Amino acid sequence: MFDPINAIAQWLAELLAGWGLSSGLVNLILTLLGVVVVASFVLIVDIFLVWVERKVVARFQDRLGPNRLGPFGLIQPLADIIKLLIKEDITPVGADKVVYNLAPILALATVLMLWAVIPFAPTMLGADLNVGVLYIVAVGAVGTLGIIMAGWASNNKYALLGAMRTVALTIAYEVPMVVSLLVPVILARSMSIHQIVNMQTIWYIVAAPLAAAIFLISAIAELGRAPFDLAEAESEIVAGFHIEYTGMKFGLFYAGELLHALTMGALFASLFMGGWRGPFVEQAPILGVLYLFLKAMFIYWVIMWVKYSLPRVRIDHMLNFNWKFLTPLALAVVMLTALADKALVEFGVSAGSLSYSLSMLAVNLLIGWITLSLLRSYARIERRRVAAPRPAASPEYSGVAKS
Amino acid sequence: MTPLQIIFILVAAMTLGAGLMVVTARNLVHSALWLILALFGVAIVYVLLQAGFLAVVQVVIYIGAIAILMIFAIMLTRNIATESGPRFSENWSWALVIALVLFGTLAWMLSGWEGIAAQAPAISPRFDTVRELGLALVSPDGFVLAFEVASVLLLAALIGALVIAWDRR
Repeated sequence: MFDPINAIAQWLAELLAGWGLSSGLVNLILTLLGVVVVASFVLIVDIFLVWVERKVVARFQDRLGPNRLGPFGLIQPLADIIKLLIKEDITPVGADKVVYNLAPILALATVLMLWAVIPFAPTMLGADLNVGVLYIVAVGAVGTLGIIMAGWASNNKYALLGAMRTVALTIAYEVPMVVSLLVPVILARSMSIHQIVNMQTIWYIVAAPLAAAIFLISAIAELGRAPFDLAEAESEIVAGFHIEYTGMKFGLFYAGELLHALTMGALFASLFMGGWRGPFVEQAPILGVLYLFLKAMFIYWVIMWVKYSLPRVRIDHMLNFNWKFLTPLALAVVMLTALADKALVEFGVSAGSLSYSLSMLAVNLLIGWITLSLLRSYARIERRRVAAPRPAASPEYSGVAKS
Repeated sequence: MTPLQIIFILVAAMTLGAGLMVVTARNLVHSALWLILALFGVAIVYVLLQAGFLAVVQVVIYIGAIAILMIFAIMLTRNIATESGPRFSENWSWALVIALVLFGTLAWMLSGWEGIAAQAPAISPRFDTVRELGLALVSPDGFVLAFEVASVLLLAALIGALVIAWDRR
């Protein structure tokens, strides 16, 4: 069994017990050490993410990206960190000092807290909560609070405006996200993410592609990234809610946003793409970490692809899209998935078999086809309404008598 | 003193302190933030009672929806940081008397209950609390009637909010 993390934990536990500490204290120390290791690992990956982001955006925009510092520009994030650390730390006049300093900490801390429930490998896992999926929603809700604190505490109209818009967007898009998260819960019969990954002998993206798509769209909106990035719409409200933050506090917001994107990637991978599953994971659990990060990086790349290809969506279009399209679609998907699940189990198709996944795929395709035909007929009606001739000057409107 | 009791005392002190700060803070937004801390304390108490689902739902609904709604309402009004009169009303002595009487009555009633010093029975790990809650909410000899009536109430509130906010042209 090639599992170095658990082997080291075992050796450390024996060492501490040999020094005479009680087992409760040994457990406490090991738990604290586990927390420190996971948080540090995730934050170090975050530094690497800055490099990934800048290189990928450069390639999308047909240029090279940072390539001066170190081979392929790998030292660039380090230079960024040093620059942010030596910048002057300005607190605007009239800002609420405690809330102003607490907001970036809250923004980054809530993202780190999400990594507690994501299983890295079959034997490496932060906390196996039996309500893991709901915990993710809860922590996301607290993250929204950090943004509103930042916007208000800056004593700046633009910051407050940006914060309000972001919070309106975030709590609106939480609804389809939570509803689409119910679909893997139905398929796996458990809210624990560890259990969901364990039950994915066939990836859930096959059995629930629509739920995966809705989750991805809502996650991009939750992150505040383009095309939903009116929080930091640089051309509109000059950097939005973090306009008054300088130096490392801005660094915390920026790094927090990138890390949140990777976290959403890891969550998508765990819920829909099998998490740490891959060849030879039973023999060498450390490979699970590699597979999880490969899948998370792929989804992060998809999120960046969407960001750097699409223009920003207007706020009323964003909210219309959410309440009039995504939420009813998500509710329909959940209802039909639950119905199909009950029907399939009645007919003896066991959950997790290939025929089960293919039947669920058929149900999803049916819902998708009905949605597309509804959209098409709606678009046809709209086009007809807009194309009707509305002359500005005509005898009927100008009152000239018809002769 | 078991570690659980120590944690409970700390969390209870934090919740009560935050609750006190909610009503005595000068700045209204600070009040809302102290309320969020108090609600977190209640969520931690739920965790100590092994009701993990309720703890997470508490955070999602109270902090993620209700507290944010309150903060929105506060921020949309002006003059929140200025003094708006004395913080304590002039009847504070009567309020103190009533509060002490209420506390004394509750404490006396609870001390007469034999369960107050008993250990909570351990829940076996095979008892899936979330599944039991779900079954209780929708089974006909459970709480399905109350559940459906609450849903209808929520629907009525939603429709009422829509009607009030409807843009009549």
